[in-house]
Amino acid sequence: MENMIEISDLWVRYGRKEALKGISFDIIRNEIFGIIGPAQSGKSTFLKVINRTIDRIPGIHLSGTVRVDGENIRTVQNVHEFRRKIGMVSPLPVGLPLSIYDNVAFAPRMAGIRKRSELSEIVESCLRQAALWDEVKDRLHTLGTKLSGGQQQRLTIARALSHRPKILCLDEFSIAIDPVTTMRIEEVLKGLRSQITIILVTNIVQQARRMCDRTAFLLNGELVEIARTEVIFSDTPAKRTTYEYVNGIFG
Amino acid sequence: MTTLLSKLPKFSYGIARQVRSVMENLFSETPVGRRKKWNERVAIFIFALMTLLIVLPLLLIVGYLFYKANPVLSLDFLLKNPIHGMRAGGIWAPFLGTIYLVFISLVIATPIGVLAAIYLNEYAGDTWFTRIIHLAVVNLAGVPSIVHALFGLGAFVLFARMGRSILAASFTLAIMTLPVIIASTKESLASVPMAFREACWNVGASRWQTIRHIVLPNSISGILTGIILQVSRAAGETAPIMFTGAVFFKAIQEGNPFAYGLFDQCMALSMHLFTISTQVPDVPEALPYGTAIVLLGTVLLVNALAIGLRIYLRSRKKW
Repeated sequence: MENMIEISDLWVRYGRKEALKGISFDIIRNEIFGIIGPAQSGKSTFLKVINRTIDRIPGIHLSGTVRVDGENIRTVQNVHEFRRKIGMVSPLPVGLPLSIYDNVAFAPRMAGIRKRSELSEIVESCLRQAALWDEVKDRLHTLGTKLSGGQQQRLTIARALSHRPKILCLDEFSIAIDPVTTMRIEEVLKGLRSQITIILVTNIVQQARRMCDRTAFLLNGELVEIARTEVIFSDTPAKRTTYEYVNGIFG
Repeated sequence: MTTLLSKLPKFSYGIARQVRSVMENLFSETPVGRRKKWNERVAIFIFALMTLLIVLPLLLIVGYLFYKANPVLSLDFLLKNPIHGMRAGGIWAPFLGTIYLVFISLVIATPIGVLAAIYLNEYAGDTWFTRIIHLAVVNLAGVPSIVHALFGLGAFVLFARMGRSILAASFTLAIMTLPVIIASTKESLASVPMAFREACWNVGASRWQTIRHIVLPNSISGILTGIILQVSRAAGETAPIMFTGAVFFKAIQEGNPFAYGLFDQCMALSMHLFTISTQVPDVPEALPYGTAIVLLGTVLLVNALAIGLRIYLRSRKKW
């Protein structure tokens, strides 16, 4: 098995506050990798490190090495090109103030694709992958922001897929949507697993249990445990804290 | 409620009586409640009065101006030069001069101001250097116009050797309007949610692509409004142009909108109003009032344009 992401001894400090304290693990190609942990445990910081949007935050300090698809993220030449390898879905759906079509065609256009037929093809396939096509195919040119919350989140997923990423990161994607839509998106993700690597950050532990091949448990910026999901959710994970957290007797 | 209460017998006993007393306490007006109601009425009255007081002076001024200016108001007044030592004739030369000054100063100030604001809001981080720039912009906005005039005299008329000219006066007005344009542009850029930018960066768009395709289209209405509102300031100020390019009197070809050259001196409405009301004896009363109406009308017209534009662009705003 081949590693998609390799992290060794990653430290992240915001000013004096340490967000990640020397974590190391690998993420395997085409697996669904879950990251669980309470608030402030460094989950979102981790995603920002991977696609290097963390660069924009003032007062940030990083050490350690992160390799994405064999490439050290520190020595990436074209950061925009690099970011297209990674699709990001944020906790709250962000529909850009453009039409549904333009929302999905945005990334390919920014990458320089101009041909109308090619764009339409990308838009259709991405919307289909995100299980949104049937609902919006007759109104592709209405505003993306007018869709319902669940539809917007699927639109965000379609946009994240539109630049053909090798990795799809979802940061607590189900926070603002109803359980039925959540299930639909989960089905979508399972369908995608054969093609891309998925990192699923969630604070719903049952979601990780349903979806993930392997799961990591982060707590206060430290990696408590990483194992196959069955092990994490069994009665005997390696660490007592893991058992307490996933069974809700934490505190 | 009172009718319901009165239906209960006055001398009832037991539960009925208790219910009656509880309901009276719940629904009858307490002294505190009455006072609150009264206070609220007074407050609303005062607010409404103050709102009326703002509108009233404007109506009075405009009405009074029209009443006084009535004898001279005609199309000829706009299109003829002043004659007889500015005691008769129209205001063509100052009218065209003001349009030149305002237009050229905006052409100078807009690109500089908007680009500076984009840099400050989108590219520059929060460092001591950008804080100093921000402080400088805010302070520059508070500098009195007469100080701008002296600066313009030194920098453009003398140092840059533009001489006393439309160009020098326009540069001076541009310097005066620049800080406000920067501040208002920055404000409208900052009103575009950060999440939009992050979403763009996440899909690999560069900063400029993000600005060009997402930030600017969604802040353009605020930016334009900020710029156009500066027109009224540029048109109304006398001090900055007095030393740098505006003159007491200059006759130009009537009806030719290109009668001024960039290095000519010009007349301006604000200064013309000042001279004919205070410096020239025996000016017919209607002339200054007519001038004031044209000045006011030009500014109001531009403001109306700004409001219309804002309504149009807002209707296309997408979130």
